[in-house]
Amino acid sequence: MTLLISVVAAIVTTLVWYTNEKARKLNIGKLAFAFWGASLMWMVDAVVEYLEDGADYFVPSGADMINDAFLGICVVVLALAVWVVYFIIKDPDKVIYTTVKTDAQV
Amino acid sequence: MACFLVPTTEAVVTSIITKVIESSEEKKGIVKSERTVRRFSEKMKWLNYMLWGGSGLLAFEHLWHGEISPFFPFLTAASSPESTAEMLHEMATSGVMMAVAVTLVWGIMVLVTNKLEKMSFAPSVKEVKGEAK
Repeated sequence: MTLLISVVAAIVTTLVWYTNEKARKLNIGKLAFAFWGASLMWMVDAVVEYLEDGADYFVPSGADMINDAFLGICVVVLALAVWVVYFIIKDPDKVIYTTVKTDAQV
Repeated sequence: MACFLVPTTEAVVTSIITKVIESSEEKKGIVKSERTVRRFSEKMKWLNYMLWGGSGLLAFEHLWHGEISPFFPFLTAASSPESTAEMLHEMATSGVMMAVAVTLVWGIMVLVTNKLEKMSFAPSVKEVKGEAK
């Protein structure tokens, strides 16, 4: 489930990166790379687990699925939070800089 | 257990290599690229983002599952020799495979990009015909 959510996040961010110039300016490409990297790593983890458990891998318990889904959502939120902090620090459009400067002048 | 440590280590190494390549490119006077051709250090950064991002999110997963602790030795699997051996085995198998998978995908990306860059620089049929006249 975590892998699935991570792959969906990677696909969505890649599509946003491709279609939206504003998003590219906000470095969404880095976020997409992070999701793809994590997805690849969880994919390897899934393959290893499949080799160990066989078809049982595809029949997780309800509790495991809920926990994994919750983890997947938290992973996406964490990545988004880090990305927001990153572009606020970088401030590519100088929005924060201009706002602080204007507030200081008033 | 601690499989994410292998890609993290690779991320540290590739980040250092990127810095070295970047400074040597600047010394050689290779300026920050335009849309057509990217510097190799820029392509190296793709790998860094994937490795840092991936291993960071995996570290969070390990924290979630209680495999990382805030106190020494930081990894719960390092508390006994048996679990340490199991952890090292996992690092040698899953961890190495993770690092290889990410690097392989990056390698394919670089190859495709190089090919596209060469194509964008190759003279078009019209240009070649024009020169012939």
